[in-house]
Amino acid sequence: MQLIPCPWCGPREEAEFHYGGQAHVAYPEDPSALSDEDWAKFVFFRENPSGPFAERWTHSAGCRRWFNAVRDTRTHDLLDVYRIDEPRPVIG
Amino acid sequence: MTRLPSGGRIDRSAPLKFTFDGREYIGFRGDTLASALLANGVHQVATSIKYGRPRGIMAAGAEDPNALVQLETPFPEPMLSATTVELFDGLVARGLPGQGRLADEPDPARYDAKHVHCDVLVVGAGPAGLSAARDAAREGLRVVLVDDQPEPGGSSLNRAWVARVVGELRSLPEVLVLERTTAFGAYDDGFVLALQKRTDHLGVTDPNVARQRVWRIRAKETVLATGAHERPIVFRDNDRPGIMLAGAARTYLHRHGVLAGSRAVVFTTNDSAYQAAFDLADAGAAIALIVDARPSVPVDLAVAAAEREIEVRAGSVVVGTEGESRISAALVETLGSNDGSRVECDLLLVSGGWNPVVHLFSQARGKLRYAPELGAYVPDGELPTVRVAGAAAGDVPESMALWLVPGGESDSDTRFVDLQRDATVSDVLRAAGAGLRSLEHIKRYTTIGTAHDQGKTSGILAAGITADALGVDLAAQRPTTFRPPYTPVSFAALAGRNRGELHDPVRVTAIHPWHVAHGAEFENVGQWKRPWYYPQPGESMHDAVQRECRAARNGVAMMDGSTLGKIDVQGPDAGAFLDMLYTNMMSNLKPGRIRYGVMCGVDGMVIDDGTVIRVAEDRFVTTTTTGNAAKILEWMEEWLQTEWPHLNVFATSVTEHWATIPLVGPHSRHVLAAVAPGLDVSNDAFGFMTWQDAEVAGIRARVCRISFSGELAYEINVPSWYGLPLWEALISAGADYGITPYGTETMHVLRAEKGYPIIGQETDATVTPQDLGMSWAVSKKKPDFLGKRSFARAENNRPDRKQLVGLLPQDPSVLLPEGAQIIESDHLPEPPVRMLGHVTSSYASAALARTFALALVRSGRERIGETLHVPVGDDVVPVTVTDSVLFDKEGTRRDG
Repeated sequence: MQLIPCPWCGPREEAEFHYGGQAHVAYPEDPSALSDEDWAKFVFFRENPSGPFAERWTHSAGCRRWFNAVRDTRTHDLLDVYRIDEPRPVIG
Repeated sequence: MTRLPSGGRIDRSAPLKFTFDGREYIGFRGDTLASALLANGVHQVATSIKYGRPRGIMAAGAEDPNALVQLETPFPEPMLSATTVELFDGLVARGLPGQGRLADEPDPARYDAKHVHCDVLVVGAGPAGLSAARDAAREGLRVVLVDDQPEPGGSSLNRAWVARVVGELRSLPEVLVLERTTAFGAYDDGFVLALQKRTDHLGVTDPNVARQRVWRIRAKETVLATGAHERPIVFRDNDRPGIMLAGAARTYLHRHGVLAGSRAVVFTTNDSAYQAAFDLADAGAAIALIVDARPSVPVDLAVAAAEREIEVRAGSVVVGTEGESRISAALVETLGSNDGSRVECDLLLVSGGWNPVVHLFSQARGKLRYAPELGAYVPDGELPTVRVAGAAAGDVPESMALWLVPGGESDSDTRFVDLQRDATVSDVLRAAGAGLRSLEHIKRYTTIGTAHDQGKTSGILAAGITADALGVDLAAQRPTTFRPPYTPVSFAALAGRNRGELHDPVRVTAIHPWHVAHGAEFENVGQWKRPWYYPQPGESMHDAVQRECRAARNGVAMMDGSTLGKIDVQGPDAGAFLDMLYTNMMSNLKPGRIRYGVMCGVDGMVIDDGTVIRVAEDRFVTTTTTGNAAKILEWMEEWLQTEWPHLNVFATSVTEHWATIPLVGPHSRHVLAAVAPGLDVSNDAFGFMTWQDAEVAGIRARVCRISFSGELAYEINVPSWYGLPLWEALISAGADYGITPYGTETMHVLRAEKGYPIIGQETDATVTPQDLGMSWAVSKKKPDFLGKRSFARAENNRPDRKQLVGLLPQDPSVLLPEGAQIIESDHLPEPPVRMLGHVTSSYASAALARTFALALVRSGRERIGETLHVPVGDDVVPVTVTDSVLFDKEGTRRDG
């Protein structure tokens, strides 16, 4: 059982969290202005890198706050966590 | 006489009676079942799983591959190792040929779990573990020390030192010493699971004391002092009872005062077995011969053997054995010659070296390397928070690497690698011959290492024999992965208290006791218990539901709708927020009014529906499907926090704050008027889709005029505390009208007759509002809302999308099964059969006096009037496609 360092509560067990997929995928400013293809990219397409990945988590059995984390998908190590309104930190 | 008159850690003043395979024996407190059997001269414990060969006790701990037993008292428990079962008075057991039988009665014992956090967790209370725990404790750290034995000390013979250290540890408040506790899994971030056997050794079941406890330990640092397992050597007939690891015989001697045999041959590749030979000799056993595979013997050992007049043959091996239920002779040869000699014995002690117990280290993702001087895998480097100490770190006697004694091939190979799986050298060679190279593949092909012992003794042998067969260096082979659990853990222990009624929280409404008292049958909806229907004496479910439906359509009926999800949405931007969540407009709803709404994901698929009431300019209360309440609250929070933090809105679950009672049917107005004299219930004063606060049965209530049945209906909400009094007041006020309580089944029938979908029943995350025929609930005016852009996708505008329609079986008595597939032809064609859709809901309707169904059908709305077919078992049922609204399409009934 991995510990996830909630930026608000500190390290808590992963079972308290829900996963929220790739971070920094903003809801488009004006969806009606997008082509079908660009809209489909927003709705359906996500990165799947081998290595550091910025993703969203919510501490649903704790403070219920959403936050972002950078996780190495090869090791599951959480390299950093940051608030939802902060830019992706530079790792390493 | 195999029990010595003195010595060992047993209590000779506490004799214990036990029964094995139907015969009674005596052992002592401090015995294991294995040591007690050996003390009684019993070596054969079971027969092997494939070949039925006699098998005995090979080890003295969890690594034993052979001595499986089934306990019969106090509760039947299969697949226990006799070497780890502590003896108790009245124990009844029998040997198992590799397979057990689960009890067919409920386990009366309690199991539980405890969480503990510490600075240092030490696994293993041998000398290395005790030292590590003492050092950490002296620094004032919080220490947990777990050990699988009944008392700390491990293999140490210096009991005074052990007692001193344990005494010091126990005197410190921040130190927890757990005996009989096996750390069976090491996971991420210092998380270790350990199983404590708390009452097994007492042989009684006390329902108030947890028999076994899972310790969930979170440690900043972990010290693995798990020791080493002795390694067997493979030779012909290496599986007979009486063939034992040398260190195990030493353990039985020193811990249990048991001499495992009277005349022993010792076969070794290293120094350590000499000590076993000397200890047994000093305790009175005859050591017929020490067979040492190494070309020469260290001088000090040769001298010590000579002092005891023990013959040592260097450069020699045991090539085979004789005996039936117990070894009677060892066949000895000089390596590389055929000078076989037969040495009579009743015990053969084997030592092929020592394997550090690296299981937990490997589970924690530690890397292993092959150490040729040991013939074993050792930890390769450290982990950030895991340290390995003592024998587990590789501090074990050096040994010549000898996996397999040359020779001994035969058609019926008896050179056993994994004794529990009855897997032989031939099996390994066959796997290699079949082209398998990876040890993981060989393991799966041969099943070596997959028994209860998980290859603790056989794994490295299989690896070594494979490497030799392939002509590769063992160091270049990747060892098989060690996975939890280290030793078997029962599901009962893992479940702990989470079983029976504690398995999952049960949620009941404030009115629940009334439902129980009035004989309701219940349905599980998520964690909620909801009344399903209320059968009267002698009534079938069908009869009850028909009666409840008739009451709702012709008289008056009521149900407990308290489980409906309710979310209070407040804030100056609440209207703008709901406009983005719902497909239709909510911001222009006037206080006092109610609107039905549909929610979609960004992909345009329906995720929930419900009503929204506007309480005030900055306050709404929305309802969700019962099973979706938590999900929709999370959905709201997600958008508020991640995309629209500028919106000043708060969403709060109020599901449990309100008891909700829909009062339904033509007479509902009269019943409400009777209990709410201050409320003008006329249609003009209290119109459809409006709400009013009023006093109902003397209780402050919020009454909403909404209908999920098409009938005149009021939904009365009161604070939960008043749910039951309100319910009883309505029952009594409606008595003259024959008021009838109804359950979820009737609710489903009534709404289906009106074509109202249930999210999750009619929908499955591939269904749009348009598919449901709800384009009327999708705003054309709003510039955007979640899902809107997706409605314009080509896929969502295909004419052959599945659409919600009604189905009327042409035989009005045929009830279609929900989930049934729909096809075009009147017979089942050869596969592949083109499926047009499936039945989502199907009921017998009292109002229609026939059966009907709702279904998702390709181009369904275009097909209205067509005949389609539903294969049911061997029949193909013809059905007529209809509009999804089958009852009162004009809506003439909702105003009463």
